[in-house]
This record gives sequence, C-alpha cells and structure tokens, in this order.
Amino acid sequence: MSETRTSGPAPADRTAIGITFGNSNSSIASTVDDKAEVIANEDGDRQIPTILSYVDGEEYYGQQAKAFLVRNPQNTVAYFRDFLGKDFKSIDPTHNHASAHPQDVNGTVSFTIKDKEGEDAEPSTLSVEEVSTRFLRRLVTSATEYLGKKVTSAVITVPTNFSDKQKSALLAAANAADLEVLQLISEPVAAVLAYDARPEAEVQDKIVVVAELGGTRSDVAVVASRGGMYTVLATVHDYEFNGSALDKVLIDHFAKEFMKKHAGVDPRENARSLAKLKFECEATKKALSIGVNAAFSVESLAEGIDFASTINRLRYETIGRTVFEGFTRLIESVIKKAGLDVLDVDEVILSGGTSHTPRIANNLVNIFPATTTILAPSTNTTAVNPSELLARGAALQASLIQEYEAADIDQSTHAAVTTVPHITNAIGVISVSESGEETFVPVIAPETAVPARRTVVVAAPKAGGDVLIKIAEGNTHIKVTKPEPKANGSKAAKVEDADDSDADFSDDESEDEEEKREKVWKIGATLAEAAVRGVKKGGKVEISINVNADLAVTVTAREVGAKGGVRGTLSA
Amino acid sequence: MATTLVQQPLPTLPEGWAAEKDFKPIGSLTKASATQRTIEPVGPHFLAHARRARHKRTFSEDDRIQAQERAKNVEEENESDISEPEDPMMLQREAKDWKAQDHYKVLGISKYRYKATEEQIKRAHRKKVLKHHPDKKAAAGRTEDDNFFKCIQKATEVLLDPVKRRQFDSVDEEAEVEPPTKKQLANGNFYKLWSKCFKAEARFSKTHPVPAFGDEKSSKEDVENFYNFWYNFDSWRTFEYLDEDVPDDNENRDQKRHVERKNANARKKKKAEDNARLRKMLDDCSAGDERIKRFRQEANAAKNRKRLEKEAAEKKALEEAQAAKEAEAKAAKEAEEKAKLDRESSKKAKEAAKTAVKKNKRVLRGSVKDANYFVSGDASPATIDAVLGDVELVQAKVDPEEIAALAGKLSGLKVADEIKAVWEQEVQRLIAAGKVKDSEIKAFKA
Repeated sequence: MSETRTSGPAPADRTAIGITFGNSNSSIASTVDDKAEVIANEDGDRQIPTILSYVDGEEYYGQQAKAFLVRNPQNTVAYFRDFLGKDFKSIDPTHNHASAHPQDVNGTVSFTIKDKEGEDAEPSTLSVEEVSTRFLRRLVTSATEYLGKKVTSAVITVPTNFSDKQKSALLAAANAADLEVLQLISEPVAAVLAYDARPEAEVQDKIVVVAELGGTRSDVAVVASRGGMYTVLATVHDYEFNGSALDKVLIDHFAKEFMKKHAGVDPRENARSLAKLKFECEATKKALSIGVNAAFSVESLAEGIDFASTINRLRYETIGRTVFEGFTRLIESVIKKAGLDVLDVDEVILSGGTSHTPRIANNLVNIFPATTTILAPSTNTTAVNPSELLARGAALQASLIQEYEAADIDQSTHAAVTTVPHITNAIGVISVSESGEETFVPVIAPETAVPARRTVVVAAPKAGGDVLIKIAEGNTHIKVTKPEPKANGSKAAKVEDADDSDADFSDDESEDEEEKREKVWKIGATLAEAAVRGVKKGGKVEISINVNADLAVTVTAREVGAKGGVRGTLSA
Repeated sequence: MATTLVQQPLPTLPEGWAAEKDFKPIGSLTKASATQRTIEPVGPHFLAHARRARHKRTFSEDDRIQAQERAKNVEEENESDISEPEDPMMLQREAKDWKAQDHYKVLGISKYRYKATEEQIKRAHRKKVLKHHPDKKAAAGRTEDDNFFKCIQKATEVLLDPVKRRQFDSVDEEAEVEPPTKKQLANGNFYKLWSKCFKAEARFSKTHPVPAFGDEKSSKEDVENFYNFWYNFDSWRTFEYLDEDVPDDNENRDQKRHVERKNANARKKKKAEDNARLRKMLDDCSAGDERIKRFRQEANAAKNRKRLEKEAAEKKALEEAQAAKEAEAKAAKEAEEKAKLDRESSKKAKEAAKTAVKKNKRVLRGSVKDANYFVSGDASPATIDAVLGDVELVQAKVDPEEIAALAGKLSGLKVADEIKAVWEQEVQRLIAAGKVKDSEIKAFKA
C-alpha cells in the first residue's frame, strides 16, 4: 500500500478533481462531459472558507467554522494557507488576529488548539501542514460524497510566487490526506484556461491580464496566450489591497455610525463585537456587489445593543475609494513591469471573490481602451463567476492529464520541456495600403514560444500577377497624438468640483479624450523575400511561417487553391 | 488555430526581382531575438507541445501521428466486440431450459462475465440478434427455428436487469476461482494464487474498493485490514436463481406455500454454506500466510527484547551498586590503616626529637661545665648560677634545630675561651634577632 501511495493510483482508477486551496476560500470542481462544474459541499457552499474549527472534539470546516470565529476564536484556524512551507520568521500573522494565533515550534508555524473532547483535554499543537491535511481531507470527502466515487487525485492551484519549499509542503500535506496531486498549476493560468475552455472560445494570440483579487492578497499577472500556450510575463503581489481592506472600510463606517448613536461604545474594541461586525460587513459587501442598497444588522453588537443600518453603493464606493484606486494602480503597475502598454492588453480577467465588486471593473474600463475585454460580472454578461474560475481551470487540467501516468506528467512538466525560447519581435509580412504605404501584418506575435507555426491568408493585388512576399520582423510602439492645448479652462473647472467623488472617477476618461494613443507596428529587419508568380485575379496567397526550436525559420507561400508554391528556410 | 484573412493586398513583384527558386533569404533570427521563458505546463495545447518536444516531432509529423492514433482507436472499438466461437451444442439449446444456460456464453462475452459492462452486453446482444434472427433463418428455408434466438433474448433480459443479473452472477460457476490446493501452493506463488481467488470472490462485495491481498512486502496494517475486511465480509450473493419453480396461484395454495417455504429454507441453507465456505477459505489462507507469522514473531521479539533489556538494566544497576559499596569499604579500611601508621611514626619521631633535645641540652650544659664556668679555679656558686641561668635562657629561647646546631658547634670544643666565644656568638645572634634582651644575659656578655 505504501508503495502505491507514492506512485499514485493507475490512470484508469483515478477520479480527479480541481482544487483551489485559497488563503480565505477554497473551491472544488469536477468535469462532466468536458465541462467544469464547481461542486457544492454539504452546506451548499461553492466558496468554502478555508477555516477549521474545533468544538468539543468535533471538527467543523467552511462556513460553519467561520461562524465559530465569533464564539470560539481560539480553537478556530483561519488564513493558514500562506504559512505552508514558511518559517515562523517570514510569516505575516495579521489576519490571524481574530482566530488561533500562529506559534513558533522549532521554526515551523503551528497552532495550539483544543481538538479533543472534554473540558480539560490537553490542547494539541498542530503544524500548518497538519492543519492543511485536515482541511484538504474535508474537501476531498465533500467531493467524494458529491461524485459518489472516491476522489483519488487532484490538480491544485497555487499562487505564482509559491516557492519550491511551499509547493513541497503542500504536496506533503495533500499526500498525507491520501490525495495524489497530479500537478500544481499557477492561479492566473488556471483562470485563463477556464475561459479558453469554453466552447465558444477561439484560440487566439492575446495578452491577458489576470487580476486575482482575494480576501487577504491580490496577485496580478500578465499572461501571453499564444496559440493556447501560456507564458507568464510579469507578476505583482500585494497584501494591502484586498477583500479584507474593503471589509475594514465598512467596519470603520458602521462602527462610527454605531458610536454616533451610542457614545463611548466602540464595537471595534471588543474582540467578539469586532468579529460580529466583520462577519456582517463581509455579507454587506457581498450584497453591495449585487444590489445598490444593502442592509446591515447585528443583534447585540456591543454591550447588548442591537444595531441596524443600511448603506448604498455610492456611499460604499466613496468611503472605499482609496482601496479601489489601489487595485487600479496595481494592475497598471504589472503592465508596466511586463514592459507593455494598456493598449497591448487584449483581455483582463478578474478572478477571486473581490472581483464581484462593480467599482473595480468599472475603474478598469476607464483605464483600458475600448478594444480590451474586461471579463468581470459587472462589465461582461458572459463572464464566468470569478470565484469559480480557478477551480474550474484546475478541474479542466485534471481531466486533461488524469489519463497519463504520473511519470509522464513529471516528464512533460520538466524544465527541459517548459523552458523554451520566446521570440522578442513579431514576425510578419508586408502589405501595402491603398495609399501605397507599406504596413506590417503580424503573423507570429511577439513573446510566442518556439517552435511555433502560424498561417495567414493575404489578398493579392486586385489585378493579380506576380506578388512579392516580404517577411520581416516588427515591433510596436505607442503613437501619441496631442490635440490643441485648449484643456486649460476645463482643468480649472475640474479642480473646483474635485470634492465631488464622481468627477474624480471620470478624470481618466476625460484625459483619454484629450490625447489619442494608438498602437502602431514598425517594420524591423527584413528576414526574407519570396515571389509567387501568376496569381489569379482576386486571388489570395497563403503564407505559413514556421519557427523551429533552434530559431530556424521556414516560410511557405502559395496561392490558395493552386499547386506548387515557394518554400525556403532561414537557418538560425 | 484558425488562419486569419488579411484584406490589405500584398505588394506586386518589382521589376527585375529574381532569386533562385523564387526565394531570397536576407536575415535570420538570432539568439538575441529570443528570450528564454517558461511556458506554463497547462492546457491542451501545452500537452501537444510536450508530446512534440518529448518525441522530437515536428508539427506536421505530430499531426499525422495523432490522426493515425485517432483512426486506430475507432477500429479498436469495433474490434472489441469479441466474436467467440459458438459451440454447436449451445445452438441446439431449448429456450425453455433457460435457467441452465450460461447467459454470458450465449451472448459471446464469456471472457468478461461479471465484469461485462451494460454497453458490452447491449452490443453483444445486437450482434447475436443480427446473426440469429428467425427471419434470417426463415429466408434460408428453416422456418420456426427461433429456439436460439429466444435463448439470446432471455440472456439479455437477465443480464440487463441488475437484480436478475446479480442472481445469475451469484451462481455463475464459470466465474468461480477455486482456492488453491496444497499441491499448487507448494509449487506456485502463495500470494499470486490466493489473490486471484480473493479477487474473484470480491465480486460479491457490497462495499468497494475491496482491499488487495498484497504480497510478502505488505505492511502489517494492510494485512490486518485485509483479513478484517474479509472476516466481516458483506456479500450480496443470493441463491434465488436455484429456486424450484413455484406453482401458479390457481393450483394448490398449500402446495405453493410449501414450495415457497422450501425455497426460502434452501436459500438460507445455501447462504450459510457459502458463508462457511468463505470462512474456511479465509482460515486456510491465514493459516498459511507467512506474513501473519512474521508479524507475530516480530511482535514477540519486540516484547522479549524489551523484557530482556529491562532485566539486563536491573542486573547492571545491582552490580554497580555492589561494586561501589566494596570500593567504599576498601577505601575506608586503607584510610584507617594509614592513619594508624601515621600516628605511630609521628609518636616515634617526637620521642626521638625529645631525646635529641635532651641530649643536646646536656651537651650545652656540659660545655659550660667543661669550661669550668669560664673561670679559673673553683667557680663560685653565684657564677655557676649566672652561667647556667644564661644557658637555660638560651635553651628556652631557641628551637630544637638551633639547639642541635649549637650542640654540634660545642661538642668538639674543650677550650673554655672557644666555648665561651660560641656562646657569646649565639647570644649575640639571639639579641640581634630580638629573642633575648641584653639585660637578661648575665654571663655571656661580650
């Protein structure tokens, strides 16, 4: 048995699911007929809070455990995922303030909780690996019960900055929970995969910004999607702007409101009141993502006083402005880090629970050009539920690789296979516009992994005859055209009504109108020329460019529907 | 990936452009025009990339091989319906004797038996129907020959109904694997032979997965798990299939009830027999299982080791205590003896010293007497007293070593002046050392 545990079950006996093991929430998903579906647990939750709680030796997890943050915080473990594989010195225990506190046991992070029955039972000290194992075991049990088959294997998503040590700690925790980890995939790529796997999606060369706005952290990545292959170009990680920062805004708001009515009683000063306040504020925040008004009500908030209030979305967006702007800045910074411009971005995927907030998506609409698709529930009706993206992506990957032997998967994910050259400049052909100007038609986009093969069909001149095919490198630059400087007057007017928050939000928009920014292709070094002779009137020429792993380029050109054609190779 | 269509036309070939085979290489991609990056090992297109990279295939080769593989898959699926040869005796079967027929064999899936999926049964049925349809036989001139067709229909009816199929599987002797005999065990692999038997038996289990029998390397936990599972085996095996036919209602009611009771008893009996059979099989197996013996020995060895270790430790402690005690006694005795010796020797030395001092004092006194108390003629008692008083004084002031030294100086001397000089010298020394005051000295004044 111990042997089979290390090598995992045979591919035929596997039941594989996708797991998102998040710091605040986790999800499990399975595939039915190649479509990923997120599984609801026993409580009916698709977002399962990553929390374990022990009451009288009973183990609770998910939403039930979260409720115990109010009554039983010292035996409730929350926000522990990020501690996996880290030493005590390097962890940030801020979020654990209202739950079991992490402790240093020989350098490893541990929690001391009473997990056994009886009043005077010895509290046990659990390492974060052990806690993770217990939590993963609960997730697997839920999935097993839902599917009616023993779940043996999973693909788990991890943040891009998970170190090898953290990964191996996660693997160890999963193995201890009798779960074979087929693969650990990075979160942004799981989100892209979930979108690309939709039946209506087409494989395109595009630059995708994946913003994962979670409860305790925000990670943004720029991913180059090239022919269905994904390369992460840049990432930023942020622990300031996140869901709990938005909760904090609401907590402060309602606490102040409470104090207005009951002078001298600050519900934030009592741990239990604060826990109640936080719990309700989170619910209010979620309600504000759906409706424009939300009620807030807590029984016996502090000193036995019940408290009820309402808030509308505008007010929320005003008080949370700094946080919302933080998200926008974060996304701008990662694009800059990747050496790109907002104009280069074709798609923005918002993922994670915080992405439901409409203001965040609306702010992004303002900074990106109209051609960029912002995939968030408030801006795009076809958007996938951002909370479910990662689990879906993981489930899809699990269904793809579950038929392979573990050794095969290991070999395929080896660095020798995954590390390949990516061309820096685009390769394309030159066509002429009506005014006789040469323009660049990109065939292989920059940052495409080689070997790569792309085909393009270009119209021949109307009259037909012999055509020249010029293969060249190209790159983009941003052309800025500034109109007449007449903006002085309007700017002064804007300063006057600056205290009106609405005008602040539309700032970017009005500036965009002022100067026109375009992405233009610049023709670089010519690589080759070829001729296709005797093209028919109104004919088309098919050009395919093939870049080998050693950067040798093969160009094939022929008239569509004709025999023969030209073929040539440029050795690297 | 779909090819894109660009409407903007290509340039026309300039006049005089010529190249070999119409292709003119000008530049090339260099190392500098590429960055090494890591692609995320995710998604269907990556799998294709990994396949190409690992097998070193080009795009077109990979496309071809993939297409071939897909094509082969379809063929295999068609082939998978095994066409078992049909036994001519089986084709002669009477349909009404359906209880005795082997349904799997009739459908030609006897190599799958209880493992056959519903899909396989359906396909096998269709295949057989196409071959044995009575209309086809009628076309060949054999009318009314639908006996085997009825057999096929009956077999399908039984096998596609989960309840009936279980009843048949319960008594399907062809699927049975006999437990290995002693002779077989002596020659073959114990684990292989038994695991085959248990695998077959596992088909009756209500709970799945059934723990594997394992091999000689299995852990204690796994082996215990296995035997626990089998000794508490929950079987769905029933013996309804072997029931006697129950007469219809319209016949004798008592007769019917009698048969029913008989059937129920027979089922119960067979079930009990089956349980006993399984239990015996398990007993036989566990009796011959080397792993259990080994685990027992290991447990015993561990227990013994602990006991022996404890005893050894106790013995050692006892011995050490004894040795310590002996050593202590010895040391005490030695110390005592030594102290006694010391006492004796110091007593002797003291006595010797005392006698020496006495002797020396005598020498001192003798010296002044020899010198006739430093006067010529008869000395007056006063003089004698004064000289002897000085001698006494000096003797009292100096320690035995000095007395000995003084005695040494005086012993050889006979001349009165010399003796006096020695005495005076000694007195001088004592005065200088502050031991004797000048005034106390009466006779030996220089």
